[in-house]
Amino acid sequence: MVKFTLNGEVQELNVPSANPLLWVLRESLELTGTKFGCGIGQCGACMVLVNGQPTRSCQMPISAAEGSEVITIEGLSEKGAHPVQEAWVEEQVPQCGYCQSGQIVSAVALLAANPNPTDEDIDGAMSSNICRCGTYPAIRRAIHRAAGIQEQSASTDDAGGEE
Amino acid sequence: MNDQLGDPIEGGGITKNLSRRTFVKIGVLAGTGLTLGVSYRVIKGPAAPPTDAAFAPSAFLRIDVDGSITVMVAKSEMGQGVATALPQLVAEELHVPLSQVSFEFAPAHPAYGTAMGGMQLTGGSTSIRDSWLPLRKAGAKARWMLREAAAQRWGIAPDQVQMNEGKAVHPDGSKLAYAQLASAAALLDVPKDVPLRDPSEFRVIGMPAPRLDVPAKTTGEAIFGMDAGPSDTRVAVVARSPVFGGVLRAFDPTGALEVHGVDEVVALQSGIAVIADGYVAAKEGRDLLNVEWEDGEWSTLDDVEILDRLKEAAGQDGATVREEGDIDSVLSSDREQIKAAYTLPYLAHATMEPMNCTAWVRNGQCTVWAPTQFQNAPGIVGGGARQVAAKAAGVSPDNTVVHTTFLGGGFGRRAEQDFVREAAELAGKVDGPVKVIWAREDDMQHDFYRPASYHEFSAILGVDGMPEAWRHQIASQSILQRMVPSWVPGFATKWAGSSDPTSTEGAQDQPYHIPNMRVTYSRVDLPIPVGFWRSVGHTQNAFVVESFIDELANLAGQDPYEYRRDLLKEHPRHRAVLDAVAEASEWASPAPGGRARGIAVAESFGSFVAEVAEVSIQNGQLRVHKVWCAIDCGMVVNPSIVRAQMESGIVYGLTAAFYGRINIQGGRVVQSNFHDYQMLRMRDAPDVEVILVPSQEAPGGVGEPGTPPIAPAVTNALFSLTGLRIRELPIQLV
Repeated sequence: MVKFTLNGEVQELNVPSANPLLWVLRESLELTGTKFGCGIGQCGACMVLVNGQPTRSCQMPISAAEGSEVITIEGLSEKGAHPVQEAWVEEQVPQCGYCQSGQIVSAVALLAANPNPTDEDIDGAMSSNICRCGTYPAIRRAIHRAAGIQEQSASTDDAGGEE
Repeated sequence: MNDQLGDPIEGGGITKNLSRRTFVKIGVLAGTGLTLGVSYRVIKGPAAPPTDAAFAPSAFLRIDVDGSITVMVAKSEMGQGVATALPQLVAEELHVPLSQVSFEFAPAHPAYGTAMGGMQLTGGSTSIRDSWLPLRKAGAKARWMLREAAAQRWGIAPDQVQMNEGKAVHPDGSKLAYAQLASAAALLDVPKDVPLRDPSEFRVIGMPAPRLDVPAKTTGEAIFGMDAGPSDTRVAVVARSPVFGGVLRAFDPTGALEVHGVDEVVALQSGIAVIADGYVAAKEGRDLLNVEWEDGEWSTLDDVEILDRLKEAAGQDGATVREEGDIDSVLSSDREQIKAAYTLPYLAHATMEPMNCTAWVRNGQCTVWAPTQFQNAPGIVGGGARQVAAKAAGVSPDNTVVHTTFLGGGFGRRAEQDFVREAAELAGKVDGPVKVIWAREDDMQHDFYRPASYHEFSAILGVDGMPEAWRHQIASQSILQRMVPSWVPGFATKWAGSSDPTSTEGAQDQPYHIPNMRVTYSRVDLPIPVGFWRSVGHTQNAFVVESFIDELANLAGQDPYEYRRDLLKEHPRHRAVLDAVAEASEWASPAPGGRARGIAVAESFGSFVAEVAEVSIQNGQLRVHKVWCAIDCGMVVNPSIVRAQMESGIVYGLTAAFYGRINIQGGRVVQSNFHDYQMLRMRDAPDVEVILVPSQEAPGGVGEPGTPPIAPAVTNALFSLTGLRIRELPIQLV
């Protein structure tokens, strides 16, 4: 039995402890937004947030998720309203789309740690995710845009707080 | 009754077996609500004959009583934007904004057969070219019928009714929404022909409309093959002969069956399937199978032998696919010949979504959920997914339904239906739905690879430095030779020892004006499965032609851009993209310190693309800083998608130039996953600037044409920087 929080809800599951988190998400919990790409931690299609850290769910046995807080693409926002998702739409990033859940999750983690990343920061943080369609230039634009959206909403929040 | 067009989910007997979630998942692809309207009654009738264009529009469009307008997208959405661009074509002629239109993936049906032998196939960058007139006509005929219905309702002449923004407008200003007219319009005859909008009046075509599939692809909601199917579907992983041409001798399922969760082991044509309650158990079981393979005659085949065979074949003349002037007498003179040989490797497609397919066979019916590029080909032996699945499952094609999902990349790999055949065969042998998932290693080692090829060039320059003679000898496996026997057995002889346009495209039609020319092709038969890889023959031929012409320009002491330009006097579209990219990249001014630029141009799939790459060497590594890309693809349907496809094709080609190589050892593929078959990543991705050259020509393709020029643009830049001429890919600096 493993117990963890998934997208804000407590989950208690009886699954083989060695099963990777990826397949527990996809098959036991039927959250298919997180993708299988390589199975060896090379491509980042399976990226999720575990306690806020970008984590390759294909490499994490479910037993290691015990007590942790897991957020998948489905848990980022209601109806795609996270600033990174909005920026992804505004920059029209996805092509085939298969890697994009992982790309978005990696970008969310990057911006949480570094609200105004440089191109070099983006290279460093996003090179763990492969996109075979070559959306890299669009991802770069979208991350800069998301940083702008976050900054704007933060300053709006500040203004609201002063009233 | 087996015509599934109007009912992609199938009858009620099935849906009750599905969980709510399954229903929702399929519902993303299938229609909802009552469907009336211009097309539906036609669809419910007998299947539209493929040659009867007057009925074709009806299969592409549905207007429901709630006013929703649904375009049936009969092309596979694998990132290239068809799920947006095709609805744009309909919306244009229907006189509605794209925001009022949604899409569904069409079922496999002859009504969606294209000019390519009636095949329902996405490939060859043909989607817009195939759909440009049929979808516009579908929209125009629907609009005509809606206007007729409005005129009858109002008792006025049809030409007094204006159709605008999804509404019929009476001269007095009163309006009827299309939704209010759909039922009446459905009773009218479909007109034979109606006029289309003049391009000067386009409002939707040519607009950078947001993609209709993007929102679902940012929330995890988009359903790919991996995500589709009933929720009680079991998962299978298959053991296949690691050596090409090997056959099964014996297997012992004991180890597999001991894995918790594994419940069946089934022999298939392609190998041994291990079925479990999930992927992890199925893969573990597969890996624990004890299988004896009969390796066959190719168990010692390796890269050395393959290259030897290619070289030997290239030395023989093979089939002549281009002949100009008198090449023999020019080459037999004692003038100095310039010679060069180029070598290109096998390449895997490596779609982000590994191959997979879900199938369910019961009561003589086969249902398939497939991320496929090739749904239907009733007239062709072998066929598309529908025919392949039917045959493998042992049911009639009429009783076989194909649900096309989103594709996690295609690039030509999913034009092959091996993954559908395997799933349908397995489903025919077991109870309940089953999804065959290929591990990344399976996907990498059982692909249909871009053929390896070997090229020999001989040229003679005139006193002005321009080429007087050009001989290009190509040797490679033939994709068509592999495929044609499976289509029509007797037809194979046509290809024996002769040409294959998929191997020579880009070489036999190279555009440079050279008075004496010969291009030959020598087919080499090897057991490596070869197939269509994004831009096919152009990937190899653009590289070698654009490299060798660059060599000649250098030997002539001329600027490589001007040299090409001079040899392209009769090719204004080539020249226009060259000029555009030269201007954008400031070709005439020197590159920034430590950098150099290279240029290349190629026509492929009806479009013309020139690219300039700016490179440097940093810490001993080649770095591509920036790529300028000019494309003339005729009239543009969605400029934002065209730009994205150029970026995409460039990154795809850069991956091949930097890393792409499939090695063969012991008759099998050496590489297995992304650690040894590397992909370009963010840190290596250049800035890309795309220039759309205005054109009123008929639309060309955009999915593939961005790829061919990039490798030679980069290697030509590297030559300019270092004097190192790359004649073998992937690029090695030592």
